[in-house]
Amino acid sequence: MYEIVAREDFSDSTFLLEVKYPLLAKAARPGQFVIVMSNADGERIPLTIADFSPERGTVTLVIQAVGKTTMEMQRRCIVGSALYAMVGPMGKPSEISKMGKVACVGGGLGVAPVYPQARAFKQNGAYVIGIVGFRSRDLIFWQRKFEDVCDELIICTDDGSAGIKGLVTDGIAMAVDKHPDIDEVIAIGPPVMMKFCAEATRARDIKTTVSLNPIMVDGTGMCGGCRVSVGGEMRFCCVDGPDFDGHQVDFDELMRRLTRFREDERAALERWQRNPGCRLEQEPTASE
Amino acid sequence: MAKKTIRNIPQERTAMPVQEPKARVRNFSEVALGYSLAEALNEAERCIMCPQEPCVKGCPVEIDIPGFIQKICDQNFRGAYDVITDTNLLPAICGRVCPQESQCEQVCIVGDHLEPVAVGRLERFVGDMAVAEGWSNEPDIEPNGRRVAIVGAGPAGIACAADMAKAGCEVVIYEALHRPGGVLSYGIPEFRLPNEIVDDEFGKVIELGVKVECNTLVGRLFTIEQLREKMGFDAVFIGTGAGYPTFMGIPGESLNGVLSANEFLTRCNLMQAGEFPYKDTPLHMGRKVAVIGSGNTAMDAMRVSLRLEAEEVHCLYRRSRAESPARAEEVDHAEEEGVIFHWLTAPVEILDDGNNNVRALRCIRMELGEPDDSGRRRPVAIEGSEYEFEADMVIYAIGTNANPIIGQTSNLELNKWGYIEANEQQRTSIAGVFAGGDIVTGAATVILAMGAGRRAARSMKAYLGILDPVEMAVSDPERPRIFGIDARQRNYRRVRVAA
Ligand SMILES: Cc1cc2nc3c(=O)[nH]c(=O)nc-3n(C[C@H](O)[C@H](O)[C@H](O)COP(=O)(O)OP(=O)(O)OC[C@H]3O[C@@H](n4cnc5c(N)ncnc54)[C@H](O)[C@@H]3O)c2cc1C
Ligand SMILES: Cc1cc2nc3c(=O)[nH]c(=O)nc-3n(C[C@H](O)[C@H](O)[C@H](O)COP(=O)(O)OP(=O)(O)OC[C@H]3O[C@@H](n4cnc5c(N)ncnc54)[C@H](O)[C@@H]3O)c2cc1C
Ligand code: SF4
Ligand code: SF4
Ligand code: FES
Repeated sequence: MYEIVAREDFSDSTFLLEVKYPLLAKAARPGQFVIVMSNADGERIPLTIADFSPERGTVTLVIQAVGKTTMEMQRRCIVGSALYAMVGPMGKPSEISKMGKVACVGGGLGVAPVYPQARAFKQNGAYVIGIVGFRSRDLIFWQRKFEDVCDELIICTDDGSAGIKGLVTDGIAMAVDKHPDIDEVIAIGPPVMMKFCAEATRARDIKTTVSLNPIMVDGTGMCGGCRVSVGGEMRFCCVDGPDFDGHQVDFDELMRRLTRFREDERAALERWQRNPGCRLEQEPTASE
Repeated sequence: MAKKTIRNIPQERTAMPVQEPKARVRNFSEVALGYSLAEALNEAERCIMCPQEPCVKGCPVEIDIPGFIQKICDQNFRGAYDVITDTNLLPAICGRVCPQESQCEQVCIVGDHLEPVAVGRLERFVGDMAVAEGWSNEPDIEPNGRRVAIVGAGPAGIACAADMAKAGCEVVIYEALHRPGGVLSYGIPEFRLPNEIVDDEFGKVIELGVKVECNTLVGRLFTIEQLREKMGFDAVFIGTGAGYPTFMGIPGESLNGVLSANEFLTRCNLMQAGEFPYKDTPLHMGRKVAVIGSGNTAMDAMRVSLRLEAEEVHCLYRRSRAESPARAEEVDHAEEEGVIFHWLTAPVEILDDGNNNVRALRCIRMELGEPDDSGRRRPVAIEGSEYEFEADMVIYAIGTNANPIIGQTSNLELNKWGYIEANEQQRTSIAGVFAGGDIVTGAATVILAMGAGRRAARSMKAYLGILDPVEMAVSDPERPRIFGIDARQRNYRRVRVAA
């Protein structure tokens, strides 16, 4: 179950896993996510479905190694190995409205998950402008995939080594200047990026949909850990989202809540980095 | 032997040995240790076998209580187990977590004069012995070719699954989490209900040939309609529980350090955050914990907090002790372990420390006014009584709502609160789809959920027309009730696995 059939490393911190799960591949829709456990003692972590292929029966995840769990996955998830658990698709699918012109914006980690949305809009007959941001040229991935589904693709790099020099918000500014008739902006990425994307479109009142990433446990609406404030109301991201109206989201609250476990996360990572091979170091009641 | 009367039975209810409060708050081992053989025999003698047997009606699944107690008196423990499992598959679980004092024991005749017979403790004694001895009662199942899907592996789902499997159906349970058990796994802590007891009693259901597919979120991976129309299931039972936590909507709820009891307990029980960093899920335990609410969930959250070395644990409840919805025994246990109760107190705001963490609560004192719809006196705020109360972790245990996923993804009729509409036979608005447990009634109890699961199984069998009578091989002809189902529904028989 949940066998890893392909892996690709985009950089020293970002990697792609293609996982076999035909039923999930058939059910998945753009905007949805899965919850993964890499081993029986592992954490349940949410990951956006970056691509899915009912034909191949696989789901693709693009993961950034930022802490203990994701770094351990980076080290251990090789082709032929399997995840302990993968459940989904979770969350409401994105509404792929019949829009004339949309901009699909992905920054950092958001680049992969915005891809299925761009593709879905294209299939729906929209004019799709892709705006993707990376730190520098050698971190760019999926350029061809995006070119295939976008009518225009704007690549932004922090250092100007490819595309335009600047952030995705600069890309949005360019796009809306050229196309004042953009109907909707989809923005996926780190919260701070989504916040500024929403700010960039607020003045022109362009509908802006963001995909939120609060800390989750179950992903089924049972714990309330993923609560976010949207338009002043409490919503559970895993069942009411993850897509919300970017102009209504309280991003500052989201960013504050993402720091909940910062000390523990740092301690866990340091401990693991000291001895990444052995997960049961000093385990008092070793039961494996 | 002379007939037992209220005068000649042991007058005192046999006490349950418990771990000392001082010792137990430092471990997750069980608090109540269970009866020894001598204690069980002594307590069994206290049942006068009254012919009216009101206790049976007091039990939601109508266990033949005098029947199994008589077997204990006869020292025929296997027989006692057979009698209980005619109706209740999970005696070691129910004996521990049933609110007996408001069910079977509340109406016990002995209770009119003395303390009632400790039915729950005796049931647990038998259940534990079965676990220890590895007893199970597997009927001789004849497959009937029907396929049944169960959504949710909580007590409701498990009970329905067991009955359908015994009737010869091929049963698949779909569970969203990575472990079956529902609240029994993620909610109720180890020291009240050890995981191995859940595993063992659930294991017996799985031995009936039931398949459990974990990590399967029904509604999203496939819908209820697809189960019926595309996946070839003849009937579906939904037992998805009511685990959608509520908050109060007061300022400061988004601060770090504020969480629902469900999140707290899930991190601790299901994910074993107490063993962080050996296990990966963090909790970030507070030093001074305030739990809002005073139900069973609140008691569990507080008692887990103590075991995770919180320095102080406080319970804030807007009504008084008398209205507390938790079992009296739980409140007593919590108090013995050091929980500090603040009755007639409600939070109005959660205050931060400047770094987005909880620093304190602003609370207001309450008094009891006129009775409300539920008959309980309504708490009213005392003006000008606000004060600050220091705490660095706030846990909400003020109730749950219906989980919305199935409702959002199917055409099932829901009531105005989002619970699934089901009639007394647990039928829903879609033919062949049944529902029961917390997702129909709202948060209730383990035994009520199991009762609903079994009722659903009965109507499912009627719906599928599988009441074909198979001769019953009853081991005890005096008690022809098999699995609590009347003789006209003789569609399975009890067969001993090993004598
Ligand atoms: C709906 C959703 C979709 C996501 N999609 C992706 C994706 O496609 N690719 C990807 O690389 N990451 C994605 N994430 C984030 C990913 O879940 C976290 O990076 C991961 O949990 C970090 O775990 P860790 O142990 O490696 O790092 P840690 O050191 O534990 O945490 C690093 C940071 O990740 C966040 N985080 C930690 N635990 C969780 C958790 N249980 N749930 C959510 N966030 C957490 C916190 O902000 C934390 O500060 C998504 C998150 C959500 C909610
Ligand atoms: C902390 C706590 C303590 C309690 N203590 C007691 C006690 O001492 N005594 C007592 O009698 N009762 C107690 N209760 C109440 C009792 O646990 C519940 O009434 C009972 O578990 C309800 O059973 P259920 O089968 O309806 O639902 P649950 O036990 O909630 O099980 C539902 C299951 O369905 C799964 N599920 C949900 N949605 C989906 C989906 N879409 N697809 C697949 N699976 C899904 C869930 O993950 C869960 O495993 C307590 C409850 C809590 C929260
Ligand atoms: S199941 Fe509960 S109510 Fe029924 S006899 Fe046992 S303890 Fe009493
Ligand atoms: S009511 Fe009490 S005394 Fe009578 S049968 Fe039940 S347990 Fe025994
Ligand atoms: S992750 Fe638990 S409710 Fe959303």
